[in-house]
Amino acid sequence: MTILTAVLILVGLAAVFGLILGYASVRFKVEGDPLADKVDSLLPQTQCGQCTFPGCRPYAEAIAKGEAPINQCPPGGETTMLALADLLDVEPLALDEEDSKESDMPEVAIIIEEDCIGCTLCIQACPVDAIVGAAKMMHTVIESECTGCELCLPPCPVDCIIMQPLDTTIDNWKWKPPVATEKTYPVIPIVLETNAKSIRS
Amino acid sequence: MITVNSTNHSNEKVTPRKLGTFHGGVHPPFHKDDSNKPVINFAGIPKRLVLPLRQQLGSDAEPCVSVGDSVYKGQLIAHLNHHEGALSANIHAPTSGIIAAITKHALPHPSGLQAQCIIIEPDGKDESSSEHSFKPITDYATFSQNDLLERIQQAGIVGLGGAAFPTAVKLAGSKNAKIKTLIINGAECEPYITCDDRLMREKSAEIILGIKIVLRLINAEECLIGIEDNKPEAIEAMRLASANEFDIEVVSIPTIYPSGGEKQLIKILTRKEVPSGGLPSELGLLSQNVATAYSIYQAVMEGQPLISRIITVTGNGILHPQNFEVLIGTSFAHLAEQAGGTNKMADHLIMGGPMMGFALEDDNIPIIKATNCALFTSSTALRESNPAFSSQAIMPCIRCGKCMDVCPANLLPQQLYWHIRAKDLEKAKEHNLKDCIDCGCCNYVCPSHIPLVDYYRFAKVELREQKIAQEKADISRQRHEFLLYRKERDKRERDEKRAAHKAQLQAKKAAIAKKKADTGENADSDKSDISNSDTTKADAIKAAVARAKEKKIARETQADESLGKKSPRIKPTKNTGTNDEI
Repeated sequence: MTILTAVLILVGLAAVFGLILGYASVRFKVEGDPLADKVDSLLPQTQCGQCTFPGCRPYAEAIAKGEAPINQCPPGGETTMLALADLLDVEPLALDEEDSKESDMPEVAIIIEEDCIGCTLCIQACPVDAIVGAAKMMHTVIESECTGCELCLPPCPVDCIIMQPLDTTIDNWKWKPPVATEKTYPVIPIVLETNAKSIRS
Repeated sequence: MITVNSTNHSNEKVTPRKLGTFHGGVHPPFHKDDSNKPVINFAGIPKRLVLPLRQQLGSDAEPCVSVGDSVYKGQLIAHLNHHEGALSANIHAPTSGIIAAITKHALPHPSGLQAQCIIIEPDGKDESSSEHSFKPITDYATFSQNDLLERIQQAGIVGLGGAAFPTAVKLAGSKNAKIKTLIINGAECEPYITCDDRLMREKSAEIILGIKIVLRLINAEECLIGIEDNKPEAIEAMRLASANEFDIEVVSIPTIYPSGGEKQLIKILTRKEVPSGGLPSELGLLSQNVATAYSIYQAVMEGQPLISRIITVTGNGILHPQNFEVLIGTSFAHLAEQAGGTNKMADHLIMGGPMMGFALEDDNIPIIKATNCALFTSSTALRESNPAFSSQAIMPCIRCGKCMDVCPANLLPQQLYWHIRAKDLEKAKEHNLKDCIDCGCCNYVCPSHIPLVDYYRFAKVELREQKIAQEKADISRQRHEFLLYRKERDKRERDEKRAAHKAQLQAKKAAIAKKKADTGENADSDKSDISNSDTTKADAIKAAVARAKEKKIARETQADESLGKKSPRIKPTKNTGTNDEI
């Protein structure tokens, strides 16, 4: 009898919680992938494709699924990699050799307007609609919207787009990172060795 | 004399004001006696005045004169930026002269970068015109608050304590905040600087009038003037001037650096602590510098915009350290000349004091509204107050915790240092890095001579940059998503259009077929007609195709002939020729 009540109670509990969980999974269903969203928010959104994925969102989704390493984003550099490592609670990875040459100043694309033939190819290539112009009209880059992804460079048939670092002004000037110039001292084993020698002699 | 004595007496007796203390603080060598003896002299009109369009954090003012214009003293030469959220102040011509240029010039900024400046060549007449100057308001009590506020804004008044925040913006912001107490900052805790000290000694009555104008503007009940007790003459003068003002109280506060910090002074005078990230107005407090109060007096009652200020020229590298009234835009070199010139000890030129100031590369840089001191000094003299300027070897942090004991913001400087060194800025943020006021107390006490403040400044700017980058990334994401959506939408619309077109065609066809079927059932004659017309149609199409073919063949043969005759020889040679030329 006691066994039966115990079993009944447990079955009853299981049924109740099963119902609650079932209801919750329907009621609080999360659309999309929240982890991918979080990863995406850390990426620099240059949409440059240097990570071999077609844009930041696909790369974020791949990271969220664990299909891509976190050190594939050259524009984000070390900062982004560390932030991703922090978010996903994984070990930070070294950046690829060529990726690690993170430029100090952000660059923007500039169209040499005399040479532009108005082919609209760069407009189609720009992932953030930062180039304005019309067919057979001169094009120009909206500097504040340009992410410096360089995607507009290859399609240009007359090579009239160049990358230019932004000028340093009072607004974007930064204090230099202080260098730790303190002295380093010889490591302990060497000290031990010399001690041993002195004792011997 | 009797009244003076009695008020002094009463002030001392009646005010058992219990002062607060803030955590930490240091006592660096103050060197106030070097420069506080001589009276304030006018530094004269230099040969050239350079007025940067940006005198403070925020945005550039917009020039409203052009090169070659002659301007009068006090004439508006750049008006504040009217864009929403833009922080700027009017700039006026400090003396009469000609606009020589509007060009880039080095700024008094730690970066040494150049920015747009208006350069005036004074004519030496120092002329003003009634057309281009303000009317003095002697009976300010009859003017409305908005009129007074507008005057302060028009006169380009900014906080003269160092940050140069536009005063009108600050006052307007606190008008709705129910300010109970106005705090006037006369602490002047930074070593070497004595400009506020001299100003309070010589212009106490004017300062009090300025304070009364501010009191009226913000409807405050009382005003506390905090002055460090190493300036007894200034305290005396201010007490004398405010003897008849029951709502203004001069409070002598103990000398300790940085008692002149806004939050620190509030803590001392009111024993209230401004919360982290909060504003004094949340506690019903508003603070202003004494020099700002004086310039408010000048703007309202004398009708003079902010075109000059008091600056201390001092240091062991200067022959006659003293205070000057200096036109905005005067170069540091001119100031040094006026103070008897520099000697060979002048290794550094620091704008501001040794604790919080920064070194300038060149003395051909203009003073701005925020400049309160020009310190020409030797490295050894600087070393005693700030190791960041010295070349002493930096030793490893020994975790002695002295920095923690002196931090007036109650932070853990050492912990911040380690986090920033490890580039873990998030951790530094969690340790309330933003509350750091860059006072340099930790630098001063560090036995390892670590330039700690350099780390904090670096990290603060880095965090700000990261925030801006994040905002930009968000905008980029939105734009990218919109681009994807737009492409999708265009494709969908195209498809829909195509489908609709197709459907229409099919409907037409079906209609014709139906009609055919109908007519076929009804009358045979019609059917033969249609078939007749169909055959004629088909014939016509065939004929047309044949014609086109003929034409094409004819054209091709013609082209072949012409190619064979001319182009292979002439055209390519012409092309290569042009290519070579290019």
